[in-house]
Amino acid sequence: MTLHGSGRPAAQRSDGTDGTDDARGTGGTGETGATGKGGGVSHGADARRRRRGRRPGGPMQKGKYPFIIAFLLPPVGVYAMYMLSPYIQAIYISLTEWSGFTASPTFIGLDNYERMWNDDQLWTALRNNLILLIFVPVLTLLLGLFFASMLNVGARGRGGAVAGVFGSSVYKVVYFFPQVLSIVIVGIVFSYVFAPENAGGILNSMLGAFGLDGLKQLWLAEQNLLIWIVMVVMTWSFVGFYVVLFSAAMQSIPKDIYEAALLDGASRMTTFRKITVPLVWDTVQVGWVYMAIQAMDGFAIVHIMLGINGGVDGAGDVLGVAIYRAAFQSNDFGYAAAIGVLMLVLTMTVVVLFMRMLRREKVELA
Amino acid sequence: MADDDVRTATPRGPKLTADDRPREGVGIVGFAFGLLNHGFLLFWGLITTLPLVWAILSSFKTNGEFRTDPMGLPRGIEWDNFARAWTSANIGQYFLNSVIVVAMSLTMTMLFGAMGAYVLARYDFPGNRLVYYVFVAGLMLPVFLALVPMFFIVRDSGELLPFLGLNSYFSLALVYTAFSMPFTVFFLTAFFRTLPTSVAEAGIVDGCSHFTLFFRVMLPMAKPGIISLALFNFLGHWNQYILPLVIMQDDEKRVLAQGLGTLAANTGFRADWTALFAGLVIALLPVLIVYMVFQKQVQAGLTAGVLK
Repeated sequence: MTLHGSGRPAAQRSDGTDGTDDARGTGGTGETGATGKGGGVSHGADARRRRRGRRPGGPMQKGKYPFIIAFLLPPVGVYAMYMLSPYIQAIYISLTEWSGFTASPTFIGLDNYERMWNDDQLWTALRNNLILLIFVPVLTLLLGLFFASMLNVGARGRGGAVAGVFGSSVYKVVYFFPQVLSIVIVGIVFSYVFAPENAGGILNSMLGAFGLDGLKQLWLAEQNLLIWIVMVVMTWSFVGFYVVLFSAAMQSIPKDIYEAALLDGASRMTTFRKITVPLVWDTVQVGWVYMAIQAMDGFAIVHIMLGINGGVDGAGDVLGVAIYRAAFQSNDFGYAAAIGVLMLVLTMTVVVLFMRMLRREKVELA
Repeated sequence: MADDDVRTATPRGPKLTADDRPREGVGIVGFAFGLLNHGFLLFWGLITTLPLVWAILSSFKTNGEFRTDPMGLPRGIEWDNFARAWTSANIGQYFLNSVIVVAMSLTMTMLFGAMGAYVLARYDFPGNRLVYYVFVAGLMLPVFLALVPMFFIVRDSGELLPFLGLNSYFSLALVYTAFSMPFTVFFLTAFFRTLPTSVAEAGIVDGCSHFTLFFRVMLPMAKPGIISLALFNFLGHWNQYILPLVIMQDDEKRVLAQGLGTLAANTGFRADWTALFAGLVIALLPVLIVYMVFQKQVQAGLTAGVLK
């Protein structure tokens, strides 16, 4: 905030909600700086200008270059070696044929990409990824908004105020828990949820208990169901996170707006659509993009619940598992890298698309 | 409706009494809605907890009980499950491996991340923005694309330096560190920017070196940010699955999540379900404890990831 006028990351969020941030008075990052300077929002800009003017030749200049180099070297070094360089190499490897045993890969141009085009299993994986990409974010978003609004502005009446329901903090703690759980544990537990009755089979036992024996089935043996089961499990593990995220956003909406709506006789649905949703839209938008990236994954769930081949006839395959299989089961590293490039392109496209899709006028809170 | 004025002026002020309350939210409708509301919330609460509670209860059963009555309560606590999981299923070794790797990776991540972020946030130099954006770009890259070359980089580095290479704790910790850099730098840069400049300048004027300034003044000041991010990274590293799957191929070197995955895959053959659930509980405990103790910070830290 001080050295560089540009690119204050928090700006994205605070633009629309600056007013509420202040009203809320939580120790958000934006404020720490302001309080440190002992000034309000309007002083911030002045102080910044003054400080920037003073910078060249300031006390911080002395001997700074050796320090900068010493401090940047470890993070940049580790990052470049183990993260950046793999990505760059991957693009070259995708143009080669390589079993990993020869010293160097054989360049084969775009053959791997052509092979992908004709690989039915890969199309299945791609289709499944698209299913996850559409349904997981939509379902998670709807459930997240629904539960968050129930928790935070659900209780109406009793004194006219709009408030969170009784026990809402307990709900938040419980809902959030899957997020801190290893996805491996989630996968293992759910492979027992969907197991046949004689191997645990929670779901089938429950159906039996409610007299719905007709709905019982061998869930993980049913090709057509596989990816939908994966979708359900992913949604299960994501919803709580978004409930908490949206709750934080809803807490920052001033209560009197709700009270005004209540006085005007707005129904719950109207209040939700016309007040809650527009005022948390920024958060929804960011969460949506983040979710899209998460939904592209699915590796651990599929690998644990369905196995390395993506379940019965590979019907539950996803791209991540296809890459892992090509590389570490078939030693077909060039092909694995090519699928990786496909995944990169897909992720980038999706992020851009998702960002476009929800862009909409921001609602300013005066 | 005289109360109205008061209420709009001071939102937290006196509330309307029951008689003044307008139209909705009263009586039967409001009550029914409240009930329905709680019904939904409770329903999701049950969906969230039941599978986990079931897994925990199963870890107390004998295998016989598990087979005949998977949904029932355990008749006693079968501690032997935990002993079998710890020793014969090797969970003890995996647990230790996880502790070693995470201890190293978390230290490196926080130290390197804070160093990089501090310099990027507080010092002006040519290329500052470039370095920052190169770090941040890493946030969008899918890990799967990097798997293949990463495997070879790690394998080949072992031929140069024997303590690196596949199946090395240190290699895995370095990989975790590298993959945590984008977010850590991103988050901490924003955090360091908010700290007041005057203190730093006063330190330098008083003859502090840049190094002392960082370790003695700035790092302690950044503690809240460092803590929430350390929690975030702890959970991320502890729960990591795909990276160790590629790097730790030797059974003795597997980390907990990975070892559990293998154990789950073999459980059918071994016919030892309850040991699997005991292993699950062992893996779950540290996370549960961290979550319970730092509940507020964990929620704040993880959600801040999306908001910042």
